[in-house]
Amino acid sequence: MVRVLLNVPKQVRKGEPFDVKLLISHPMESGQRRDAMGLAIPRDIVRRLVCTFDTEEVFGMDLFPAIAANPFLVFSAQIERSGTLSIMFTDDHGVVQTETAAVEAV
Amino acid sequence: MTGLPPRGACVGRRFLLIAAAGTLLPAIAAASPVQVAVLIRRLIGDATVSEGRVKLDLPVLVENGNTVAMTVSVDAPIGAVHSLHIFAEANPLPEVLHATFGPRAGVPRIQTRIRLATSQTVVAIARMRDGTFWQDSVELLVTLAACID
Amino acid sequence: MKRLLPLLLLCSIAAGPPVDLRSGYDDASAETRAMQDDDGGNPGFLWVREGEAQWSQPAGPLGKSCASCHGDATVSMRGVAARYPLIDKATNRPMTLDRRIGECRTDRQQAEALPPESDAALGLAAYVGLQSRGMPLNVDADNPFVAAGRRLFETRMGQLNLSCAQCHDDRAGMKLAGAVIPQGHPNGYPEYRLEWQAMGSLNRRLRNCMVGVRAEPFPPDSPEMAALALYLAVRAKGLKVETPAVRP
Ligand code: HEC
Ligand code: HEC
Repeated sequence: MVRVLLNVPKQVRKGEPFDVKLLISHPMESGQRRDAMGLAIPRDIVRRLVCTFDTEEVFGMDLFPAIAANPFLVFSAQIERSGTLSIMFTDDHGVVQTETAAVEAV
Repeated sequence: MTGLPPRGACVGRRFLLIAAAGTLLPAIAAASPVQVAVLIRRLIGDATVSEGRVKLDLPVLVENGNTVAMTVSVDAPIGAVHSLHIFAEANPLPEVLHATFGPRAGVPRIQTRIRLATSQTVVAIARMRDGTFWQDSVELLVTLAACID
Repeated sequence: MKRLLPLLLLCSIAAGPPVDLRSGYDDASAETRAMQDDDGGNPGFLWVREGEAQWSQPAGPLGKSCASCHGDATVSMRGVAARYPLIDKATNRPMTLDRRIGECRTDRQQAEALPPESDAALGLAAYVGLQSRGMPLNVDADNPFVAAGRRLFETRMGQLNLSCAQCHDDRAGMKLAGAVIPQGHPNGYPEYRLEWQAMGSLNRRLRNCMVGVRAEPFPPDSPEMAALALYLAVRAKGLKVETPAVRP
């Protein structure tokens, strides 16, 4: 199972930017390595990540094998009302995983 | 989770370095500045790229190319940046990431960790909503290259 | 080869164990230290969270979890990692924390053993270790296994014919091909290594060092490995537990 650590403040000020911090357990196997027997290790990376707040898009990213194993990402968001922040990502197996956090705007 | 990833020729490289002053790193196929220039041209079309506004933060001396901390920020108000694009001139594949900022994005700044196969130049391009493009680049020295052989 | 081996082999200054203890943290780059310092950005916490989930996950025919017997780990496991390895009363031999956890798993839960270096095993060790973070290592040194461990540490091995002490006592702090030789302390395990791009145990680290000098590594559960781990902990007495540490 892929584990995700999503760090966001529980409470933020309306209209004030805040950081969204993310760690994903994923090998980000580049597809360019060989194993001890000399066989190519198949590529297995997180390809795309999208962050939405309720239905609005916050941030999107296409990832390549140059992103380090166990991807780490910080970006900024800004909201005007309370709601749910969600992170959705897809890897080479097509697995879609979603992680959510409730954020209260005051 | 990634407890014990399959290992290739990477095991004990540091000891080889210690014993042999780094002469044993395998050669890998690399991208080139020309390839990056082509990708950038495809991104910007007929526009031109100016130096400035975007700032790429990378250590000049990299301890281990497997995991290099990178921060990219743009000197622009919230909402003014459309996207950020990072390229590494001497990685096996030149593209590192493309990031887009949506209507709920905050300050135009991202932080992540990247792999660098060898000493090289990394280029950041910012595309603004007004259609202009800005760039920054960092040339860095990698003492222990990323394990992508 | 010709340029560097003489550095390692010819000068045989015997410095003895370090007096001024420096954690591997102190020899890491600012970026690597920053990675360790931020729990939200330290990849070791992916394994800590795995271990936290395991802690209260029933396993084996008795349907018991670690929590069934030990309750809240933040209370019951506080300070435990700082006391390991210790001399096990039942066998009168050095017992590492990893082994102790493995023993609880197989004997007390009667569940199947967790494979070494698996996410579950590393996760549990990291979660237990975290409960001692910031506490000074304080292992009981009053037993003959410490001297046995020290002898192993100071014995030349492998095709490069180097002892652990020649690098970690005599040449700690020296920079070779951009790599700093640290004093070689066990205070951050299990730890996240950039080189591994993953979490790993002290056993894995020691295996790396032995393979590095082209020696046949001691088996993971061997008395030699346990004695080395014990000596390392005694040698590092007073250094703070950093689990989950981040190292190059
Ligand atoms: C059936 C009850 C039981 C279960 C289940 C159990 N343990 Fe234990 N555990 C014990 C007992 C009893 C001891 C004390 C052994 C001793 O001191 O000799 C112990 C000792 C330990 C210690 C050493 C504590 C110290 O102060 O030295 C650790 C660490 C530990 N257990 C971890 C775990 C973990 C992790 C799990 C789950 C995988 C687990 N235990 C499951 C009963 C249990
Ligand atoms: C040729 C020099 C050399 C020898 C011999 C050597 N090591 Fe190491 N050791 C290193 C280097 C260099 C590192 C730092 C990690 C790296 O770059 O691979 C290290 C790392 C370590 C660490 C991890 C420290 C930390 O902060 O996580 C421990 C523990 C260790 N060594 C123990 C040993 C033991 C025990 C032996 C003998 C069996 C040994 N080493 C033999 C060079 C050596």
